[in-house]
Amino acid sequence: MKLQEITESRHNFEECMKCTVCTAYCPVLQVNPLYPGPKQAGPDGERLRLKDPFFFNYALKYCMNCKRCEVACPSDVKVADLIQSARIRYDKSKPKLRDRILASTDFMGSLARPFAPIVNGITGLGITKAALDATLKIDRHRTFPKYSGRSFEAWLRRRSREQAAFPEQVAYFHGCYVNYNNPALGKDLVKVLNALDTGVQLLEKEKCCGIALITNGMSDDARKHATHNVSVIRKAAVDKKLKVVATSSSCVLTLREEYPNLLGVDNSDIRDSIVMASRYIFERLEKGATLKFREDYHKRIAYHTPCHMEKLGWGVFSEKLLRMIPGIEFTLLDSACCGIAGTYGFKKENYESSQAVGEALFSQIRSVNPDIVACDCETCKWQIEMSTGYQVLNPISILAEALAD
Amino acid sequence: MNANEYDVIIIGGGITGAGTQRDCAMRGLRTLLIERSDIATGATGRNHGLLHSGARYAVNDAESAEECIKENMILKRIASHCIDETDGLFITLPEDDLSYQQVFVDSCRKAGIGAEIIDPDLARRLEPSVNPDLIGAVRVPDGSVDPFRLCAANMLDAKLHGGQVRLHSEVTGFIREGDAICGVRTRNRISGECEEFRAPVIVNACGIWGQHIAELAGVKVGMFPAKGALLIFAHRVNNMVINRCRKPSNADILVPGDTVCVIGTTSTRIPFEECDHVAVTPDEVTLLITEGAKLAPSLSSTRILRAYAGVRPLVSADNDPSGRNISRGIVCLDHETRDGLKGFITITGGKLMTYRLMAEMATDAVCRKLNVDKPCRTAETPLPGSEERSYEAVARKIWEKPSMAQKAAAARMGTSASRIRTGDRSDEALICECEEVSVGEINDAIDRLEVSSLTDLRRRTRVGMGTCQGEFCACRAAGLLAKAHGCVERERGDLVDFMRERWKGNFPIGWGDTMREAEYTQWVYKHVLGL
Repeated sequence: MKLQEITESRHNFEECMKCTVCTAYCPVLQVNPLYPGPKQAGPDGERLRLKDPFFFNYALKYCMNCKRCEVACPSDVKVADLIQSARIRYDKSKPKLRDRILASTDFMGSLARPFAPIVNGITGLGITKAALDATLKIDRHRTFPKYSGRSFEAWLRRRSREQAAFPEQVAYFHGCYVNYNNPALGKDLVKVLNALDTGVQLLEKEKCCGIALITNGMSDDARKHATHNVSVIRKAAVDKKLKVVATSSSCVLTLREEYPNLLGVDNSDIRDSIVMASRYIFERLEKGATLKFREDYHKRIAYHTPCHMEKLGWGVFSEKLLRMIPGIEFTLLDSACCGIAGTYGFKKENYESSQAVGEALFSQIRSVNPDIVACDCETCKWQIEMSTGYQVLNPISILAEALAD
Repeated sequence: MNANEYDVIIIGGGITGAGTQRDCAMRGLRTLLIERSDIATGATGRNHGLLHSGARYAVNDAESAEECIKENMILKRIASHCIDETDGLFITLPEDDLSYQQVFVDSCRKAGIGAEIIDPDLARRLEPSVNPDLIGAVRVPDGSVDPFRLCAANMLDAKLHGGQVRLHSEVTGFIREGDAICGVRTRNRISGECEEFRAPVIVNACGIWGQHIAELAGVKVGMFPAKGALLIFAHRVNNMVINRCRKPSNADILVPGDTVCVIGTTSTRIPFEECDHVAVTPDEVTLLITEGAKLAPSLSSTRILRAYAGVRPLVSADNDPSGRNISRGIVCLDHETRDGLKGFITITGGKLMTYRLMAEMATDAVCRKLNVDKPCRTAETPLPGSEERSYEAVARKIWEKPSMAQKAAAARMGTSASRIRTGDRSDEALICECEEVSVGEINDAIDRLEVSSLTDLRRRTRVGMGTCQGEFCACRAAGLLAKAHGCVERERGDLVDFMRERWKGNFPIGWGDTMREAEYTQWVYKHVLGL
């Protein structure tokens, strides 16, 4: 008798055993009854959608794409990919102006940067927030990240000769946030890597990774970004044989996983070269490199593992790095979603569930009462800072601060 | 008059019996349908669910082909909620003779079937799962039909026209007066209750089991059972029916039906005694997978849900019991003219596709005997639920923003979906997560559609037909049934039977994910629920 040697299905949906553990782990389902939950929206819904796209359910938009369902799944079903690719394939509604604005992080950044002081002043005003809330349905509780007057790219480009002098080299995918809003993080990375005798190069004009475009229904634009980014990363990773590091867990997840799985952009030859900076640094230290830390540095740090870091399985690298700093009292926060999910929490209709999702994390932070919360994701940072008042820093910035000069 | 007296009694709750009852009831007759098990348990529910265009028969059996295309067009009008108008392809593969294609198309056109030769490239675009090596393709108006739903809708309409139904009642004998049959004796297989019903005309619509009923009546109808095995894949690989453009053979039809697709079939003669216990053999499974992959290569690596087999009711067209003259066409026997037995009609042969025509022929014969002169209206009158042509339109009319379960209900129930109670969140809770069946939909089936067990419920709602094969829905549905019937003990036994029956279909293809899931199901039922 002939048995089937393998069975395959799109994003493994047929491997689902209906155990429902994904549903138990879904942060959205616990606060929003309108969401059908990952099992329903994912593998169950897929069979109906294969029959007829008519069965596509608008409520799939409530998925935050945190990927916690995929981390929980014992059968390797790509639950979140199923949901997001269904949205890409079947959701024919046009993205709203608001969603276009929220999703176009690099376009908005390049517009706002030259007028940073004015833009920052205006977006911070209560009246602006009220107007955005009323007109665009961007929730009034949110504060837009401040724009920086000078871009990180410009800063590093001026130091390219000095960086090229280091014996080791890496390329840095800085992402929109470092470039337009927080160049300090990029500078911190350069400081840490230089301390490891490693110079930092820019990619040949990177674009936004596109994660916000995907979740806001602009996958065609996202695919253009992906194709571009893969080709510039290829020049660094394949031609120059460099590692490509990044400081944002969502950028890394998008470059490595979402490009092939959701956008159909092949990155197989460069995928392994793209790593979180914390993993790269940890591995360098494992191989014998050393960092010297200040003796007067004493901080109580609580580390929050971003959802996409959980999905990568790399939270452990950031944790171990932080634990290496002698003066740190370290707490690993329980794994929980903060609720922001990129642009999701900015939308007025999601504000309440966004805050409800994050509440467990916020209350744990309050009870730990650390000096600093560490976290590898910029949108988690905004959410935690807004909701708890605690300062949030990327582990790389904490590392840079703790380095001996 | 006596409550147990009718104008006509129909034996057999397959599609032919249900269709005949509907037709008789619509012509104003007082009808009773008797079925020893549930509706659609025989050949009706054990086939591809293919809405033939007739193309498959066009070359060899012009008469069947013409019947099929006529009924195909009628069913699309009257049974839209049971039908998916997918269209079909007849593909020519490199090992097939391409010259057959022209013969095929000419025969189709002669029978009135719209058959159009299309470019292989177009076929690959229309149906991406099709074997890319194809060298020829013909597009025909094939489709798929849900036989359970069709049967239930016919029974329901008969009831709306005053008909009565006795399910799970076995005919144990006939009441005779001289040379006439004038009633039946029955025994209820659940309660054990024995009853008698009288009518001047009795219709034997028992398919292959009609041989046995005819024997009880003292006449001989020679049946030649042929087993056909089929495999259900766990999701739709194809959205158009795919056939081979060659002389009909084994495993050469792949039909998309609801959320699954079905490959079949084989053909093996079996002795009559085996009709009630057909099982799928390993050789049949191998043949189905191998041949199926020639139609759509991805079948070889697509999860299989179940294997099942049915028995074709082939019949000798005349009194010749040797089987030399076997017909796949409709056979309507008036035993008064054939055997001198008054008040007894056998309607058999035929196909799921031609059930309405068979019902019309049987009802015409009944009316002749009763001297009733009423025209048949079943070809124009939609079945309950089929008042709208598409489920999109149904869903749009009932709900402003339908959920996935509401859309699925509209696709299953057609316009009857408006009967599902809403507003209460417990009515919207899901019983079956794979097929999206809500509490409200289950309760409606229990109210209207003669449900006595989980298996009955499955045929009417698709509960337990999805990937999990009852793992999560069966125990929930059992709770609702226990409530409706007021008996927990009976339902506990029913649940065990149901899960055994699900396993029976998993067993022949018990590997990979289906095996994993079956094992998980066993943990749930044995170790968690303690059954």
